[in-house]
Amino acid sequence: MQITFESVNHVYNARTPMERRALYDIEFDIPSGQFVAIIGHTGSGKSTLIQHMNGLLKPSSGVIRIGEKVIQSTEKNKSLKEIRQHVGLVFQFPEYQLFEETIEKDIMFGPLNYGVSIDEARKRAYDVIQMVGLDAEMLGKSPFNLSGGQMRRVAIAGILAMNPDILVLDEPTAGLDPQGQYEIMEMFNLLNRQYGKTIVLVTHDMDLVARYADEVLVMHQGVLALKGSPEDVFKQIDELKRCGINFPIPAQNYHTFANRLSLSIDKLPLTTEEFVDQVESVLCGRG
Amino acid sequence: MNSIVIGRYLPGHSLWHKLDARSKILSTSLFVFSCFMINSWIFMAILVLLEYLVILLTKIPIGYFVKSLKPIFFFILLTFFLQVLFNHQGEILFSLGPIQIYDEGLSLGFFMSVRLIIVVVISTLLTLTTRPSDLTLALESLFKPLGKIGFPVAEIALMISIALRFIPTLFEETQKILKAQASRGVDISEGKFKEKVVQLTSLLVPLFILSFKRADELANAMEVRGYVPGRLRTSINQLSWRISDTVLLLICIGLFIGAIIF
Ligand SMILES: Nc1ncnc2c1ncn2[C@@H]1O[C@H](COP(=O)(O)OP(=O)(O)OP(=O)(O)O)[C@@H](O)[C@H]1O
Ligand SMILES: [Mg+2]
Repeated sequence: MQITFESVNHVYNARTPMERRALYDIEFDIPSGQFVAIIGHTGSGKSTLIQHMNGLLKPSSGVIRIGEKVIQSTEKNKSLKEIRQHVGLVFQFPEYQLFEETIEKDIMFGPLNYGVSIDEARKRAYDVIQMVGLDAEMLGKSPFNLSGGQMRRVAIAGILAMNPDILVLDEPTAGLDPQGQYEIMEMFNLLNRQYGKTIVLVTHDMDLVARYADEVLVMHQGVLALKGSPEDVFKQIDELKRCGINFPIPAQNYHTFANRLSLSIDKLPLTTEEFVDQVESVLCGRG
Repeated sequence: MNSIVIGRYLPGHSLWHKLDARSKILSTSLFVFSCFMINSWIFMAILVLLEYLVILLTKIPIGYFVKSLKPIFFFILLTFFLQVLFNHQGEILFSLGPIQIYDEGLSLGFFMSVRLIIVVVISTLLTLTTRPSDLTLALESLFKPLGKIGFPVAEIALMISIALRFIPTLFEETQKILKAQASRGVDISEGKFKEKVVQLTSLLVPLFILSFKRADELANAMEVRGYVPGRLRTSINQLSWRISDTVLLLICIGLFIGAIIF
C-alpha cells in the first residue's frame, strides 16, 4: 500500500486563541514495502505528521492517500476505522494502552474490534507474542506485572496482531535497554524484509536511521526540509545543522578523525563498517 | 488537550494580574454572591459591564472565555429552556399546542443564562490571571483562622492547587489513550452496549493506572525535596496587599450591599 501526502496542512485548535500551525504543505510519497525514517528536532511536527497516516488527525487542507483510500478534512469516521486496520500505529510509550486481565486478551483486542473470529485472534496472539521475543507461556499472565520493556513488546504485539500492511512507529525504542532496542529493531527489519510491510519509523537515533532506513524524511518547524536516501541526506551537512540534527556516531567520529589529520571529507561513513573501511583506506593510502 | 481553559494560567502584566490573589478571590466571591442575589436587569447590566471592563483590562482575547463556556453550554441551554417552557407567570406571549411561553418565563430564562455565563467567566478570569501557587497561598492565608480549630488548611490548599494543576494534564492523557485505542479499532460511537462497556474500560483502566503513577511520582518528588505534611512552610512568593486591592474590595463590598438592598 502506497502512502501519498498532497500539500497537507495541519492547524491545531483552528480559529481559537490557542491556534497553532504544525504542518505546512507536506508533499511526499512512500512506495509499498519501504523502510522510512522520519527525523527532526523536538516539536518539528513528526508525531503530528504520522497521526495523519491512520486518520487520527485529519488534515486542515490537502489530501492523504493510503492505497485506494483517501483522508481529507471532510472524511467520515467510519472509513477512518477501516484505514486503521491497514495502518497500525504504535505510539510513544505504548505500554499505557494495556488494559485487559491477560496478555492474550489484550493482544486479541485489536483483531476482535475488526471482526476477526475468536479462534483466529487467539492464533494470532500466539504467533505475534513470539515475534516480539516473548514466551508464548506468558499469554495467560496479567500485562501489569511485566517490566517496562516487556510491556512495550506486548503493546507492539497488540498492533501486529491486527496484521496491518503499514506499520507506523513513534520512537518505539525510547527508554529501552540497548539489547532490547536492538531486538525490537531487528524485528521491525524482519517484518519489512521478509513480510514486505511498509515501516515508518520516527526516531531521534541517527544510528538506527543509518542502519535500517531506505529513505529519510527530515522535518523542520512543520516543513518537510529534506527527503532522500540516508547517504544523500547525510551529505547535506549545513542543511542538517540548520534543522538541529545530529549525525550518526561513526560520521561524527570520522569528522573528528579527518579534522585531526587535516583530511578533506568527500563522504561521511554512516555505519561502523563504513567507518572502518574509510579509516583503513586512509591509513593504507598513507602507507 | 491544549484547548482546555479551566485551571490554566496565562501570564500577563495588567493591573488585574498584579492584584493580590486574596483580594481577587474575595472580590470574585462577592461578585458571584451579588450575581446570585439580584433580580433586576439594571443591576445585571452593571455587573456585565464591570466584568467586560476587567476583561479589557487584562487584554485576554474574548475567545478564551467563549471556550471556557463550552463545557457548560448544555447546562445553560437546559436552564434556559426549563424556565421558558415551565415558568407560567405573566402574560402568554406565544402558544403552540401544549407549549405555552410566558413573558416572565422568557425573561427569567434569559436572566438565569446571563447569570450563569458571567459567573463562569469571572471564575475563569480568576484562574487565568492568577498563578496557581499564588491561589494556593491566598486560600491558605484566607482560611488560616480555621487552622486554630485543627483544620489542615495548608494541606487542603495544596490539594486544591494540585488538582487544578492536573486537570489539563489529565485531559491530554485521556486524549492520548483515546488515540492509542482508536488505533486498535475502538470507535466509542458505535457498537452494542456490551461492546461499549469494553471500549470504555479500554480507556478508563489505563487512565487510572496513569493517574496513580503520576500521584506516586509527585509524592516522591515532593518527599525528596523535603515536603513534610503539617510542617510549617514558607513560600517563595509573598503576597502583598496594596491600595488597589483595598479599592477593588471596597467596590465589590459596595456591589454586594447594593445587591442585598435592591
Ligand atoms: N494536541 C495539540 N494541541 C496543540 N498543539 C499541539 C498539539 N500537539 C502538538 N502540538 C504542537 O505542534 C507542534 C508539533 O508537535 P509534534 O508533537 O508533532 O512534534 P514532534 O516532532 O513529534 O516532537 P517530539 O520529538 O518532541 O515528539 C509543536 O509545536 C506542538 O506544540
Ligand atoms: Mg513526537
